This record gives sequence, structure tokens and C-alpha cells, in this order.
Amino acid sequence: MEIAFWLLPVAAYFIFPRYLTLGSQIFIAGLFALSLDLILGYARIISLGHAAFFGVGAYTAGLLAKHGWGEPISGLAAAAAAAAAVGLLTSVLVVRGQDLTRLMVTLGIGLMLYEVANRASSITGGVDGLSGVEMNRLFGVFAFGLNGKTSYWYCLAVLFIVFCFARTLVRSPFGLSLRGIREGERRMPAIGVSVHRKLIAIYTIGAGIAGIAGALLAQTTQFVGIDSLGFPRSAELMIMLVLGGAGYLYGALVGAATFMLLQDYLSNLSAVYWQFWLGLLLVLLVLFARGGLIGGTLGLRRRLIGKRT
Amino acid sequence: MIGNLIGVLFDGVAYGSLLFIISIGLSVTMGLMNFVNLAHGAFAMLGGYVCVVLMTRLGVPFLASLPIAFAAAALAGALLERTLYRRLYRATHLDQVLFSIGLVFMSMAGATYVFGSQQQPVQLPALLRGQVRVFGLDLGAYRLFLIAIVITVTLALNWLIEHTRFGAAIRASVDNQQASAGLGINVDRVFSLTFALGSGLAGLGGGLGIDVLGLDPTFPLKYMVYFLLVVAVGGAGTIKGPLLAAVLLGVFDVAGKYYAPQIGSFIIYVVMVIMMLVFPRGLVGRRA
Amino acid sequence: MRQKFSSKRRQWLTGVAAVATAASLRRLAWAADPLKIGLILPLTGPFASTGRQVEAACRLYVARNGDMVAGRKVELTVKDDTGAPEVTKRIAQELVVQDHVNILAGFGLTPLALATAPVATEAKVPMIIMAAATSIIPTRSPFIVRSGFSLPQVTAPIAEWALKNNNRRVVTLVTDYAPGLDAEKTFVKRFSDGGGTVLESLRTPLQGPDYAPFLQRTKDAKPDALFVFVPSGQGTAVMKQFAERELAAAGIKMISTGDLVDDDILDAIGSPALGIVSSFHYSAAHPSPENKAYVDAFMKANGGMRPNFMSVGGYDGMHLIYEAVKKTNGDVDGEKLVSAMKGMTWTSPRGPMSIDPATRDVIQTVYMRKVELRDGHYWNIEFDKIDNVKDPSV
Repeated sequence: MEIAFWLLPVAAYFIFPRYLTLGSQIFIAGLFALSLDLILGYARIISLGHAAFFGVGAYTAGLLAKHGWGEPISGLAAAAAAAAAVGLLTSVLVVRGQDLTRLMVTLGIGLMLYEVANRASSITGGVDGLSGVEMNRLFGVFAFGLNGKTSYWYCLAVLFIVFCFARTLVRSPFGLSLRGIREGERRMPAIGVSVHRKLIAIYTIGAGIAGIAGALLAQTTQFVGIDSLGFPRSAELMIMLVLGGAGYLYGALVGAATFMLLQDYLSNLSAVYWQFWLGLLLVLLVLFARGGLIGGTLGLRRRLIGKRT
Repeated sequence: MIGNLIGVLFDGVAYGSLLFIISIGLSVTMGLMNFVNLAHGAFAMLGGYVCVVLMTRLGVPFLASLPIAFAAAALAGALLERTLYRRLYRATHLDQVLFSIGLVFMSMAGATYVFGSQQQPVQLPALLRGQVRVFGLDLGAYRLFLIAIVITVTLALNWLIEHTRFGAAIRASVDNQQASAGLGINVDRVFSLTFALGSGLAGLGGGLGIDVLGLDPTFPLKYMVYFLLVVAVGGAGTIKGPLLAAVLLGVFDVAGKYYAPQIGSFIIYVVMVIMMLVFPRGLVGRRA
Repeated sequence: MRQKFSSKRRQWLTGVAAVATAASLRRLAWAADPLKIGLILPLTGPFASTGRQVEAACRLYVARNGDMVAGRKVELTVKDDTGAPEVTKRIAQELVVQDHVNILAGFGLTPLALATAPVATEAKVPMIIMAAATSIIPTRSPFIVRSGFSLPQVTAPIAEWALKNNNRRVVTLVTDYAPGLDAEKTFVKRFSDGGGTVLESLRTPLQGPDYAPFLQRTKDAKPDALFVFVPSGQGTAVMKQFAERELAAAGIKMISTGDLVDDDILDAIGSPALGIVSSFHYSAAHPSPENKAYVDAFMKANGGMRPNFMSVGGYDGMHLIYEAVKKTNGDVDGEKLVSAMKGMTWTSPRGPMSIDPATRDVIQTVYMRKVELRDGHYWNIEFDKIDNVKDPSV
């Protein structure tokens, strides 16, 4: 079942050769949503500012490339490290409080970083964005060109590798303890689990992965906009995750793909009302389809199988 | 210099009191129903647009449009509470956040569709324009009016909460829902009326704020962090907490921008971080 | 019955067939592929008015000048930029690679134009900047030509005007983001070079702006004038606060660039805008016959909507395209089109303008205007001008 899922993007390369750039951006969105799933789906930390880490990663990779270091893979690593560092620093505030506090702190941090990026415009380009990002060839062979072929495989490969890492993580003892925290936070210290440290760890990992996603965007589009840090990006991310279903890992990927495709299709039809339908979708999702697409499908399958026995 | 300081303080208090009147509804909702309602700003926006429509299309004077804005927002609040919010009281905070963000998007899109994306102008009555000389200082007439309104509303709210049966019912339900229900208090009705009241106050604040905060479809998102700050720092479920927090926030924000314009915009974030570290349950914390 | 087909008739039929074939062949030879223009604009979100104005102006140009240029039919494809640079770049890529557009145009925001520049360079497609106003944009690709304006170009004149009219001490108030800082830099340099003193350079935060403390500080500094630059839409708030704090009564004049008193919203702002002096490249009240015809046609085609500075960027961008294609006789090779555009001069509804062959940026007249009430509507009435203004920073 899972193998079939991963064969889809490979097939898409051959079936839709003209939409490769859209494909790359879907993979990046999927990776970004995956990072939020770890934090929100598995650790129940409500974050309204996750785009901050995406932006940090994007600017790190972009600045490195702009100032001479155009090697892609090491750029990714640097971006992950930078984003994780920021995540670690801010996690202290985030894990302490209750939901309302977390909301406010994550929102505030996101806004603050946005302002910092704006102020440091001599470095970041401010609202005009960082352009002139030039990437070296991947592995010295594959150039990032207008047709989007290299970007497509690059993003897909990174997504796959990180996904395997995340999957291993949530099935490990660490991941199980997270699930325990999710179910009953107050009881965990009784069995010797240090709640705060686990939450800090997962928050930092989530931040690092978001940074990788941001770096991918910077490298494949050769540009970093200040909107990569902004609140609309954080909000859209949450919607993608909830659409697919939080806490399933695959939900993040399905949600991101569905959202991006819908957005592309609908914006050609009627751009003006996109925000309205998005809001309505969200309201309906919460009221009637709590588990998102994946959750709903699983529930349906359970019911069908149940009926048979 | 002292004159400047007082002027800055005055501006800060006026700004803060406006934030308070919008946020108090959120504080009570959060404290009473434990519902994270990020769409609270949308009710304020509704109040603002009602005022604009009344003034520009029906020629209603500004002062008369304010109570109508209150009523409209309260009605909208009651309606939405009955039909939608009620279903999510037991839901997780995440679901509530997502739901309210969905409502915000819908309200923003609706406002853009009906009114367009530009700022709405408002014509204040001549009485409230310009400046007034008080003890040798030039103070804005409109801001004086703002402070006066908020003082009145706060006193009225306080009277409601402390000296009426309904207020007692609210206090009881905030303290312990189950016990209150057991005592025969119709908790559902308390919720509905309180939500309506909170939304109405937000709408009033929205109308009052057109001149100071501006009014355009991005209003709910633009000021969301301020409302959340006031409630989180002040402590949900009380009146005094958010009042103090709002005034402090207003003063620090205005003073920061006046005296240190280079870093003025970062001041509130710094204040937020310090407050959260020192008072994790809010200034007058009850249920966070 | 066959005899009815006399040889004369057959001859006649053959003749008609021959003429018809020849005519269609001729049409085939000239009716080459259509001229495809990809227009990428903000159709939604806070800058939707820009998109609306530019699109309306482009369609008006086609309506007034016909949809055939050098034998090619003009096809306009309009796409929403969604405000995100990566999406805009992807749309541009798709337009070029899949839809085979010959020209990219529009671009309401600087980051979107900057992100898309590499596409124009790699695909060798001309990119006409109709709206975005940052100086550096044309430098990002040899295929970029601007038809709108640049912010420093219209800011420098107001500094000079202020000096000429005995405003020696000025406070600048801008929003703390790239365009605001550009405006501040240009103004301060021109003003100080001319002997004036900038008492304070105030910057308001980009998010959550409350102008009260900054205007109070201005009042306390007691300048002759206050130079303002804020994002479109914020102008109302500034003007209201300015009036409320009675800065005018304290003898402080408000001066700015023309986007503060944007024709699109000027009437809605109303009386707080009265008397504001601004410098800009276009006013809907520009008293030329070309402009009068333009404004009338525009309002008629768009339900009474007044054209603003964004619209002339679109209108003149289309003019650039049409004239360039005529010059190359229908050849849509990117490099040839751009060469044809360099040095072009014409009279636009805004006044005389030309394209600098060295920088591919626009050279035009900048006017000094004042907001006045005429016939129950608010207009920017021109009272002075400076000809052939170039972007000063490049």
C-alpha cells in the first residue's frame, strides 16, 4: 500500500511532464506539513508560527548560495541546523505554557522574526526578497533549470528520506512516549518520562525539518520572499495538515497535495473567493470530518470491514 | 518633557482601553467556556462595518450607530453560538482554533466582497474632533471620549458581575460548571448570553476603533495577536486582569514608539516574553 | 444540363477560386501565430485594485487600437499572481513553456518581479513591468522594460519643491520596509543636498501601525513640513490622525508622493486630503486632450471607475508592445523586441515619456499637484512640473 503511494510521484513525472514545478512545490509543502504533523499531530503543540522555521531555513540556504556557497546538500544541512537552533531556543517558552500561551507565543515569535527579516533588509532584502540565489549543480552534474526536472527529483528524494526518518521516529520508543504525552500529559511523569524534554526534542526536530523545506524552496526557485515567514503561510500549513488528517504522517502529504492542487485549479476559475471557500472548508472539516481525509478514509474502511464481519 | 510624558501616557491608556473593550469578551469566553475563539476579532470587524454602513448609507450619526453595532454583533454572536460554537465546547483546543480561523477567513472574504479591501473612512461628529486643552495639555478629544466610554462600560460590567444574579451565575459557572448546573443554573443560557455580551462588546469596540485602529477586511488577523496577548497576559476569566494588561500593553506600545522609534515595534514582543516567563498564569490568573 | 456550365462560367468560377485561394494564402502567410501576452497581476488580496486598474487599461488599449498588430492577433492571458513569489515564477514558467507566450507583462509587487526575472532571461522573453516601482528591477534581466514609474523618480521632485518653497526643516515619516526606506533615502539626500535640514526620520512598523505617537513626535519637533510615505491603503489613517492632532493648524504642511492621494481612492478619502501637495507622474486631472479622451473612455468602459497611475502603466505597456511589434514587422524574437523598445518616445495620457536605451527604465515628466475640490469631486490638480526625470539612483 505504501509502496504504491510512493510510486505515484514517479509515475507523475512521466504522465505530467509539464507540471514538474508544481510537483516540486507540492513535495516541499508536503515536507513542511510533515514537520508540523510531528509537532501538532504527535505532540499536540498548537503552533501558529511554524512558518518562522521555514523562513529561517529558506534564508539560510538562500544567503549561503548568494554569497558563494552554492552547494545544495550542505545548504540543506546548514538550513536544518539553523532552524533547529531557533526551534530549540524558542521551545523553552512554548513547552511551558498551556494552549492559549502556546498560541500566543508561537504567533508572537513568528511576527517578531518577520519584523527582524524586514529590518535586516540589507541582508535579507526585506519585503523585496532575496534574489540572486545561484545554485551549483547537484552532485556536480544536474543543473537546476527552467524545465524543473532536477528540482523535481531533488525535492522528492529529500521528502522520501525525511519521511522515512519521521516514520522511524514515531514508531520508536521516543515516538511512543510522545503518544503517551498526547493522551495523558499529567500521568507521564509517574512512569518516569520527562515531559518537557521530550516536547523540546520534538519541537526542535519539527523546526529543523521545516527549515529543510524552506531551504528546498529557496534552492529550487532561486528566491526567498519575506512571505515565507508570514502568518498566512503558517495558517495555510495548518489547513493542509488538518485537511489530510493530523497524526498519520501520510495525512500531511495527502493534505498538502490536495490543497496545492485545489488551489491551482480554483485560482484559475475564481480567484476572488478562494479565501471564503477555504474558510468554509475548514469549518466543515472541523465540524464533520475531524480526522481529515486520511482519518475519514480509515474510519470508512473500519466501518466497511466491521459490516462484513 | 513631563508634558510629553503625560501626553504619551494618555495616548497609551486610550489605545489600551480600546484593546480592552474588544478583548474582554474573549477573556470571558475563554475563562467560562474554555473555548479558544480566534474569530473574536471578526465580531469587532462586524461592529465596525455596521457603523460604517449606518453612517454612510443611512446617515445615522456616529454616536447613535455605536449601540446598534453592539446589538448587531451581540445578535451575530448569539446566533453563531447557538448553531456552531456550541458543538465544539468539548472539542480539543486545536479543533477550536481551526474552526475559528475558518470563520475568520470567511468573514474576511465576505467583508472584501461587500466592502472592498480598502480602509473605511469615518466622519466623527465635530464634538469629538481635534484637541482639548486640559490642565495646559493638548489632549485628543476622541481619545478622551474613548476613555470615558470604557470607564463607563467597565463599571457597568463590574456591577453586572458583582451585583446581579446573572453575574453570580457567570461567576459560578466559571468556577465550576458541574456544580453550578447541579444548583439549577441554566449553564447553556449563561453561555449564550455571555458569548453574546462579549461579542457585542467587541462590536462596540470595533466601531469605536475605526478612527484609531482603522477598519479593513484584514482587521481580525492584524490585531489577533494583541487580543490574545491581553487575555493571556491578563488571565482569562476575569475583568481586572485584561484591563490591567491592556492598559500596560497600550502604554508600553505607545511609549516605545515615541521614545525609541527604532525598536518600538519590538517592545510588545519583549513584554510578552517577560510576562509569560514571570506570570505564566496571567496577571490575575484563574484558568489559562 | 451540363451545357449550362458554359466555358465562361467555368472561367469565372476558376477565377473566383483562384482569387479566393490567393487571398487565403496571403492571409495564411501573414496570419502567423497570434501575439500572446501573459499578464500576471494581483487579482485578489490587498493589491487587487492594482490588478483591476492595469487589466482594465490593457483591455481598453486593445479595444481602442484593435486586436491586430502587424498581422498578428493579440491574445491576452490574465493570471492571478496570488502574492507568492514562487507561485508567480511558476505561473510565468508555465505561460512561457506551455502556452508559448511571446511577452510577459504586469507585475504588481517587487518581489514577484524579482523572482520572475530569471525566467525572462532564460526564455529570452520580454518582461514589461507595468506596476512595481523599485529602482533595481530593470537591472535584474536584460529583457525587462518598465512602463510604469520608479519610486525614487517621483520622490526627488517633492524634495526640490519643498526647498524652493521655503520649507527648510522637515520631518520624514515612512513605513519601515523597503519602499519606505527607498523614499526616505531619496528624499533625505535631495533635501539635504539642497541645504535643508531633516529634523527627524521616523519609521513606523510594518505590522500593526498606529500613527499617533509618530505624529505627536512630529508635532513636538515643529517642522515646516512632514514628508509621508506609507503603503497604499494606509494613507487614510495618516491623514485622519494628521487632521485630528491639528498639525495643519500648527503650521505643518503634509507633502508626499502621489500614491498617498491615489486617484482610485481620493474621492473616498475626501476632505482630510484637501491641500496635500504631492509629486507624481500621473493625475487623472492632467489637462491634455489625450488624457481627457483616456479618462472618458476608461470611465465609460468600467462603470465610472476613475483611472489611476497603475492604469497608465498598463496602458503604456501595451503601447510599448504594439509599437515594438510594428517596428519589428511582426517578428517576436525577444532580443529584437527589446531593442525596438529602447529609446521609444511617445505622448501618453500622462504626458510625454520615453524608454531610456541604457537602463530600459522609463523617463517621464513628474508633476507637482495639489488636492482640490472641483465639481464636487477631489482631484490632484497639477501646478508645476519637471521634464525628463530619470530614476536618480541607478
